[in-house]
Amino acid sequence: MDLFNQIKFLIRKEIMLELRSKYALNGILLYVVSTVFVCYLAFRQVSSAQTWNALFWIIMLFASVNAITKSFIQESRARQLYYYTIASPKAIIISKIIYNIFLMILLSMIALGFYSLVFNNPMGDPMFYLLSVLLGSISFASIFTMISGIASKASNGGGLMAILSFPLVIPLLVVLIKFSKNAMDGLDRSVSYDEIGVILAINVIVVTTSLLLFPYLWRD
Amino acid sequence: MNKSWWKILAVLLVLFSIIAGFLFHVPAKPILNETIRNIHFHVPMWFSMIVMLTISFVYSVRYLRNSNENDDLMAVESANVGIVFGVLGLVTGAVWAKFTWGEAWSNDPKQNSAAIALLVYLAYLVLRNSLEEEQKRGRISSVYNIFAFPIMVVLLFILPRLTDSLHPGNGGNPGFNTKDMAPELRPVFYPAVLGWILMGVWITNIRYRIRKIENKTLGEN
Repeated sequence: MDLFNQIKFLIRKEIMLELRSKYALNGILLYVVSTVFVCYLAFRQVSSAQTWNALFWIIMLFASVNAITKSFIQESRARQLYYYTIASPKAIIISKIIYNIFLMILLSMIALGFYSLVFNNPMGDPMFYLLSVLLGSISFASIFTMISGIASKASNGGGLMAILSFPLVIPLLVVLIKFSKNAMDGLDRSVSYDEIGVILAINVIVVTTSLLLFPYLWRD
Repeated sequence: MNKSWWKILAVLLVLFSIIAGFLFHVPAKPILNETIRNIHFHVPMWFSMIVMLTISFVYSVRYLRNSNENDDLMAVESANVGIVFGVLGLVTGAVWAKFTWGEAWSNDPKQNSAAIALLVYLAYLVLRNSLEEEQKRGRISSVYNIFAFPIMVVLLFILPRLTDSLHPGNGGNPGFNTKDMAPELRPVFYPAVLGWILMGVWITNIRYRIRKIENKTLGEN
């Protein structure tokens, strides 16, 4: 099978697994909704646009770490070994990244919808804010997939995941927060082109290094 | 003797930069005043940190290519020394910031980025500690090191340039270049940078050799 077909099959497999045992997906969606609700009960009302934006990204950060941690840890060693005998490591990491991007987009849309429902806030440029959330989910998915692969190799994967990924995701988060704040304030779109460029550049770097490094990671 | 010339050079350069840094004449600038002398101590720390972390990156790549455990030792020891330089850079920077910008932590993007870069490398050390088996530890921590390095480059060199910073060479200002620096500082500054980098390489080298001897005696017992 060529790479493209392998990726297609692996993504189908991920989605089928997810749909068969809905608890993981439902669990993570419930996680987002309850986090937003906890924040609502704690804050009641957010006065400034800056806090609104920062709170949203913090919720997204924790939800995405939780959602993506399981992408490698969840699968048993024997099953992973089986995948490695039938597919190339590149196909495995690409399919995981793509699947996680889908998952993150779904997650972030639900989070954004529920968040703006409870915390009402005027938005300057809603379409551009949506773009920032989309870019954010794609970037989170690409960084966290590789980190979860690294963390799954250690004995206490779940705890390690946060330590390993938070410092690496901060540069992205800083740029994302700035970009989405520009969109909230309804600034001219050309103001944010720099930020979009940096986000895309980081994504390209992360995906390329993941592709280069994953073959070394899975061999046990 | 002919192999240790660079160590002697390192000692001489660092000694010279300390003596000259404190005693030589410096230009009197408003706000900076005499604190400008810190440039001979604060900035070389960052240069050395970046050099040490780059060495660590290179050795991690080498480890993945040939699985030689000495390369892994070199990678972790240069990361260790790089972290020490980073901490020293933060401390000297904080002292300087206290005098010139008013507060030790002034929410400056470069300061924040440097702190995050240190977190990344501390996470690298935690990851190493959590893996028991040596070959697996070497391989997986090398993967993390290589994965983290380009992101750290973005963090230290690109992000501070996008935002306003109190540091020179950021927020649209011209970059750190030779024209900005007063000519009388240069004869001390460049030797200081070179001296501290050589110092870092030397410390790494000693620590690497100690670890190698430890491994050897462990293997014999």
